[in-house]
Amino acid sequence: MDKDNQFIIERENNKYEVVIGLEVHAQVTSQSKLFSSSSTKFGSEPNTQVSLVDAAFPGMLPVINEFCVKQAIKTGIGLKAQINKKSVFDRKNYFYADLPQGYQISQYKYPIVGEGKVILDMPYGPKEVGIERLHLEQDAGKSIHDIDPNNTFVDLNRSGVALMEIVSKPDLRSPDEVNAYIKKLRSIMRYLGTCDGNMQEGSLRADVNVSVRKLGSKDFGTRCEIKNVNSIKFMQQAIVYEANRQIDLVEDGKEIDQETRLFDTKKNETRSMRSKEDAHDYRYFPDPDLLPLEVSDDYINQLKNEIPELPDEKKKRFIEKFELSSYEANILVSDIETSKYFEEVIKNSDVKLATNWITGELFAVLNEKNLEISESPVSSNNLSKLINLIKDGTISGKIAKTIFEEMINGDQDPQKIVEEKGLKQESDPKALEELIDKVIMNNTDKVEEYKSGKDKLFGFFVGQAMKESKGKGNPQLINKILKNKLNG
Amino acid sequence: MTLDLKTVKHISKLARISVDEEKANKLAGDLNSIFEFIEKLNELNTENVEPLTSVANTTLRFREDEVQSQNIREKILSNSPDNNEDFFVVPKVVE
Amino acid sequence: MSEITKQSLNELIDNIKNKKLSSLEITKAFVERSEKSKKLNAYVTDNFSQALDNAKKFDEKPNFELKLPGIPIAVKDLFCTEGTRTTAGSKILNNFIPTYESTVTKNMWNEGAILLGKLNCDEFAMGSSNETSFFGNVQNPISENLVPGGSSGGSSSALAANLTPVTIGTDTGGSIRQPASFTGTVGLKPTYGSCSRYGIVAFASSLDQAGPMSTNVKDAALLLEVISSFDKKDSTSIDFKRNKYSSELTNNIKGLKIGIPNEYRVEGMPSEIEDLWKKGIDYAKECGAEIIDISLPHTKYALPTYYIVAPAEASSNLARYDGVKYGFRSEGENLIDMYEKTRSEGFGEEVKRRILIGTYVLSSGYYDAYYLKAQKVRQLIKKDFDDAYKKVDAILTPSTPSSAFKIGEKTNDPVSMYLNDIFTVPVNLAGLPGISIPAGLDKKGFPLGLQIIGKPFDEQSILNIAYSMEEKISYKNNLTDWWI
Repeated sequence: MDKDNQFIIERENNKYEVVIGLEVHAQVTSQSKLFSSSSTKFGSEPNTQVSLVDAAFPGMLPVINEFCVKQAIKTGIGLKAQINKKSVFDRKNYFYADLPQGYQISQYKYPIVGEGKVILDMPYGPKEVGIERLHLEQDAGKSIHDIDPNNTFVDLNRSGVALMEIVSKPDLRSPDEVNAYIKKLRSIMRYLGTCDGNMQEGSLRADVNVSVRKLGSKDFGTRCEIKNVNSIKFMQQAIVYEANRQIDLVEDGKEIDQETRLFDTKKNETRSMRSKEDAHDYRYFPDPDLLPLEVSDDYINQLKNEIPELPDEKKKRFIEKFELSSYEANILVSDIETSKYFEEVIKNSDVKLATNWITGELFAVLNEKNLEISESPVSSNNLSKLINLIKDGTISGKIAKTIFEEMINGDQDPQKIVEEKGLKQESDPKALEELIDKVIMNNTDKVEEYKSGKDKLFGFFVGQAMKESKGKGNPQLINKILKNKLNG
Repeated sequence: MTLDLKTVKHISKLARISVDEEKANKLAGDLNSIFEFIEKLNELNTENVEPLTSVANTTLRFREDEVQSQNIREKILSNSPDNNEDFFVVPKVVE
Repeated sequence: MSEITKQSLNELIDNIKNKKLSSLEITKAFVERSEKSKKLNAYVTDNFSQALDNAKKFDEKPNFELKLPGIPIAVKDLFCTEGTRTTAGSKILNNFIPTYESTVTKNMWNEGAILLGKLNCDEFAMGSSNETSFFGNVQNPISENLVPGGSSGGSSSALAANLTPVTIGTDTGGSIRQPASFTGTVGLKPTYGSCSRYGIVAFASSLDQAGPMSTNVKDAALLLEVISSFDKKDSTSIDFKRNKYSSELTNNIKGLKIGIPNEYRVEGMPSEIEDLWKKGIDYAKECGAEIIDISLPHTKYALPTYYIVAPAEASSNLARYDGVKYGFRSEGENLIDMYEKTRSEGFGEEVKRRILIGTYVLSSGYYDAYYLKAQKVRQLIKKDFDDAYKKVDAILTPSTPSSAFKIGEKTNDPVSMYLNDIFTVPVNLAGLPGISIPAGLDKKGFPLGLQIIGKPFDEQSILNIAYSMEEKISYKNNLTDWWI
């Protein structure tokens, strides 16, 4: 790896490297919860999506949702990981207001997915990040501390929603790599349809493990776990703060305590979460209400057949088949919706033009209006029509931009705009000849000057001819005719 | 083995059951006599034995991904010690 | 026709079907006797007026196709009953009213039965004498100040005293069979996975099973037929072909091989029990069974194993009683303070002891030494039975190492209390069906039971053996109604 691209923190006499591992909690896309049949819909009234099982009423029992199991296996396949044919659900015991059972059902010793990997496209080349494991677990409810000064309010709507915890190896070395890793995971899961990756709604959160070591050292330092960070920006800020805090301790010859820390987004700092005295002892043991989860090879293979083309493969295909640059291909595949849009546009139109229009004009509009591509004001169908109008010479690129402006307001058919506004390119040589003759007649003095050697005036005639055609004249034809007339 | 007072207090803390000194002493006594009897298991060599979690000799049965529970907030909150129509309410959490 | 409350379940059903008795007459009789029997303290919550209403409703539109047509039945207060308080014998659920019904009780109501009330039990089913109940001791109708056994002590007492024609209990380590043995009644623990655990307040999930308690084997067979069902709401419920236990019941057990485990001759066991066992063996022979000596070498490790596995699961199962969602709450300065006070005041001493044992054996550094070890020994215990069942069809043992003891006799010595379950616990650990039938009296005139243990899902064979032995034994409780 290119040394220049490393994230190095320097102190007077020492250079430090940061070692990062992530435990990503990704909400499984499903209709109902992992062990109960209540809805997973986001944003409902408090405690309206809570079943007797979710609220841990006496005698209530968990029954597993097969779809969530399939989603976890598919994600495992997407991470090129080992799928474990036998896995076990354990209870993780601790008390908290938003944990109604007094334990979380999770997978401890025997997760459903084992080791895998993710490839990141970094400016300095591809970087492989190891996946340690992926397991299924229940989400907790939500504690609300700011309604009442003396009380905490508990909403159990999220309680029991299926999460995939994806644990990376400590292979990440910089905030940029963390950014790329999260985005790549998100991209893969969105392609698979296993997690919507919506960080605002909490569908994707991460615990960040950070340690530091002197550059060149092979040993790991003592790590701290920063809990439940819910945006990439905060993850990056927390890493920078935490790495510097740990380096300060090392520089001062102090010990780093292995502990759980919290990132305070207002103060932009991490702080210790629990006193050591109350150190957690989760007393994991196999949940006796559930039996071992077993899946066959056939079952896994069936799911493999359902896996769509994933970003890495798609990128490769785009580069090979369409001769896109790696940069262009990256932009087009990183989000599944973008890739879908692109592929729809190019079904009936030119790839090169489509690439330019999507990554240029369309992205500019989406950015400006803060829209997702799925909300694009211009449908893929109409964009492909517009591109075809350019390609077959019906309109010029310049007119196309004018039409595109129109299309934004209500996804109109570009063909219609051309017809209604009479924007069709004038390519009839006779008509063009007529208007060029007119231009020549009206500018006899300029014609003389040109003929006496002032070549630069050619542009002036093109401009006048264009103007005369109200911008619709075919520029290539105008050029050709003008040249004949003036030089002839 | 003997369970000392400190251990009794530690596990009481884990189990979220408050015990005073007197109770802890009594519990230590009781628990020790129970563990003395449990220690009998150490006579057995279980090195190559597979642990048995469930006697149900089968695997996990799947449920379809269907929403069946409706909004039963009223029922869910009907036994709640605090009378709030929307939430469960607990004393302020202090970390 | 004999007094209504002295009739068996099957007799009552016949009389209802033949229109000799109405559901209301029957229900009234049991309600009246129950009301006169407050001294037994068998009920935690009665449902008498509702039961009489329901009996009237049944009589208005009777359906005699049902298996329990208009029969009033009181159940252990561990079964959640919709709209009727369910306490599990604990202060922490003192005011809990479920909005749902357990599968087992629902099966009963679907067959026409009527809820008579909720019966006392040891707190969260943890106990062998019903002395850990928040709602007080239960008297054994056999003799004053005698425990009725536990944890289904309210059930055994109410049944023996004819306050309910049959009842259901739950059995984690002997909680159906031991109280049946102590009260001269029949109690059956089905194979693990036979009766749904949905809606039953959990004690130890890998061991808990509901089962019938009755005054005779035929009634037990019928009630088992009603309550045993495959239930998708319980992931450990097993989908196997269930017999029509009552109509398939036969006293022909010729050629069945019955094993006698040498290891059940425990030190200090009263000779009367040894004698009773011998008598039982003779009866079984007379019935045509073949008696075979067998070995269950790990028997002595069953109790220590049980006292790791059950508390471990319980410590986690009982974590949900935290004062947040339902039940008792003690006010605290903050969340943790509230938890600690609620659980300290809401649970009784035995429950707290077991929660702490369970917490300890699962805690970091001790898991392998205790919990994992116990799971391995559990495997050995199960294997003992698997091996034995290669040679025999069922196993005959005493139900308990002694008859019922006095109230207060063992409350200060947890271990001696635990030893009561020595013959019943291995059956739970191996997940097998077991039935206790009354077999005679000891010197003090207290009942003693014999236990027949079956192969997994072979409830029919142990019912048949019990049925044929019951004929030979012809035991009957001799009630003085001392409490009325």
